Amino acid sequence: MSTNSENMEDLVNKDYEHGFVTDIESDTVAPGLNEDTIAFISKKKDEPEWLLEWRLKAYRQWLKMEDPTWAHLDIEHIDYQAISYYSAPKSKDDGPKSLDEVDPKLLETYEKLGIPLQEQKFLAGVAVDAVFDSVSVATTFKGKLADAGVIFCSFSEAVKEYPELVKKYLGSVVPAADNFFSALNSAVFTDGSFVYIPKGVRCPMELSTYFRINASNTGQFERTLIIADEDSHVSYLEGCTAPMRDENQLHAAVVELIVLKDAEIKYSTVQNWYPGDENGVGGIYNFVTKRADCRGDNSKVSWTQVETGSAITWKYPSCILKGDNSVGEFYSVAVTNNYQQADTGTKMIHIGKNTRSTIISKGISARHAQQTYRGLVKISKSADNARNYTQCDSLLMGDQCGAHTFPYIEAKNSTATVEHEATTSKIGEDQLFYCKQRGIKEEDAVNMIVNGFCKEVFKELPMEFAVEAQKLLGITLEGAVG
Amino acid sequence: MLEIQNLHTKIGDKEILKGLNLSIKAGEVHAIMGPNGSGKSTLANVLAGRDGYEVTQGSVEYEGKDLLELAPEERAWAGIFLAFQYPVEIPGVNNVYLLKAAVNAIRKNRGEQELDAVEFLALIKDKMKLVKMKDDLLSRSVNEDFSGGEKKRNEIFQMAVLEPKLAILDETDSGLDIDALKIVSEGVNSLRNEERSIILVTHYQRLLDYIKPDYVHVLSGGKIIKSGGPELALELEEKGYDWIVKDDKGENEAA
Ligand SMILES: Nc1ncnc2c1ncn2[C@@H]1O[C@H](COP(=O)(O)OP(=O)(O)OP(=O)(O)O)[C@@H](O)[C@H]1O
Ligand SMILES: [Mg+2]
Repeated sequence: MSTNSENMEDLVNKDYEHGFVTDIESDTVAPGLNEDTIAFISKKKDEPEWLLEWRLKAYRQWLKMEDPTWAHLDIEHIDYQAISYYSAPKSKDDGPKSLDEVDPKLLETYEKLGIPLQEQKFLAGVAVDAVFDSVSVATTFKGKLADAGVIFCSFSEAVKEYPELVKKYLGSVVPAADNFFSALNSAVFTDGSFVYIPKGVRCPMELSTYFRINASNTGQFERTLIIADEDSHVSYLEGCTAPMRDENQLHAAVVELIVLKDAEIKYSTVQNWYPGDENGVGGIYNFVTKRADCRGDNSKVSWTQVETGSAITWKYPSCILKGDNSVGEFYSVAVTNNYQQADTGTKMIHIGKNTRSTIISKGISARHAQQTYRGLVKISKSADNARNYTQCDSLLMGDQCGAHTFPYIEAKNSTATVEHEATTSKIGEDQLFYCKQRGIKEEDAVNMIVNGFCKEVFKELPMEFAVEAQKLLGITLEGAVG
Repeated sequence: MLEIQNLHTKIGDKEILKGLNLSIKAGEVHAIMGPNGSGKSTLANVLAGRDGYEVTQGSVEYEGKDLLELAPEERAWAGIFLAFQYPVEIPGVNNVYLLKAAVNAIRKNRGEQELDAVEFLALIKDKMKLVKMKDDLLSRSVNEDFSGGEKKRNEIFQMAVLEPKLAILDETDSGLDIDALKIVSEGVNSLRNEERSIILVTHYQRLLDYIKPDYVHVLSGGKIIKSGGPELALELEEKGYDWIVKDDKGENEAA
């Protein structure tokens, strides 16, 4: 009916909700990458000599590496010399000491995003380390965390205050030369988050970082390092939204998690970077290396991610299960719409005895989007009685999108059990009509169907994140069926 | 309450309804019978506002308003309910959850207070008894892996909960076993009242033994070619459609 298709059009054309650019003068280095650029970044950040050396070594390795190619991603050539590798918001002195000192424009941006820092401080009891461009500009709740002995600060600060910890663990999970993007990140990373939970401590609150990419044409290279010492526990939330823009922006983060004996890290992500417009113009390139190392016995790591943004996503949060009885989990919802592409999945490397891993991956593709699940389950000789369960479900909206599943299994120990299940289904016009006939609006119906599909993953997210994720999915997929 | 005049409908290039007239007053039950492919489900879908059905001529007035102007969900809010010939499966979406969303969407759009979980449960408890709905069907995904009969029963259960003003039951009887047919029919009968009108699409007299219609219509070739009382259904049971269809061709020529 004609009235319907008009509504549909409106929904489809609805602009990216978080599309706005904050005008903060950036202190940006000229585009280009060479040893001088790296020295500039390191100097700008007042880094110790060892770190500069570490960066330069990574850079030299990177020079020898090839741009990766992928079977199911269509990526325009990236000119690494056209990217500016450093940008910091200008602030009066060294950085704000409290919220009052934070650039009001920035605070306004957070308001628009619905992340009022103040409110979060009081209501949610969540400490926020906000990464804006490349420098952390606001950190709250330090006091309470300090009482518990928890360190939660920007990476730069950690380099200054806790050099021994950084030196000990940096690159120990993701070596600089692990892959093309980790090498690039290691050479030019600007900032990120650092967390250390001491022995026996249960972090008294969920730690949360909101990322935004802002200055035009600036690659973002975050570095996150989280260490859970023996018998400690932490839940870490990473969430992000980004402003509207035309140029492709490269984002190549590295996240390293170290989990010692009896410790547990729960790492949750809601990723909503600008995906490009409905014609596939613009959008963020998101090439992330995330890896957790379960070093101690009985350690546990759980990755939960909801990926709705970015033009191109390349991401495989992985678990190395070294300790006996260690547990790795991966719960993922990835949504691709319009011309978005995603190649994501996980790697579970079983080394210790009785190690267990669970993979639940839900992929949703709409319009012209392409999505690939790529997973590796590797059972080493030593991993007696290792167990893995993998479930990969794809949901298609429309008939021009695609879903591909590549589960790789390498089992070298015959006592291991590896199970894999996969399904592909479609949101049909008939399902939507059924809901509408019952009085439910199309966008609510889509929401309901999609959330039903993602249920098993959402239940792993912390409460407030789950609510946000459900909303995000609704916004992302509005009008996608028609 | 429903006034269909000279309704012509195309699906793609194919004309399915070719000048259908039907008038239904509040509280009446109309049975629509007719050969396979004659356009019964098409009519049901057009009334419910399904995409892909183009109305090329004619009008449908519902409670004095132009029904064709309304989006499907707006029709639901206005009290139109379609029990599907082929109820749709929605994996992962809880049956009760969908129903609660439906109840509250309708209430909200009528400016009524939405029901909370407790009120809603109280509401459905009664209705479950009405159609002897099994508990476990409620907690399962909408229609997923339901048997054919369970799906049909679920449709009538939804109808009972949503309390529509105009219910269109598209072959709700097919797929029901003898006992289920009786239970579902009793459920429908108990929902009959002076305000609620029902369109019963069926192939079988059997259903009409339980739910006694006020009128019976024969739909063939996209038109209603014969209307009568309950006795017409009996006649059809006995003689099939051939005699009227042939008859109609003659009349057509004459008109
Ligand atoms: N989407 C479609 N595309 C093309 N033709 C269609 C479509 N839907 C229905 N038709 C045709 O329209 C005609 C009427 O179909 P409809 O489903 O209304 O029949 P019906 O009277 O309900 O039949 P039955 O008793 O078998 O349920 C049939 O010839 C059918 O093939
Ligand atoms: Mg039919």
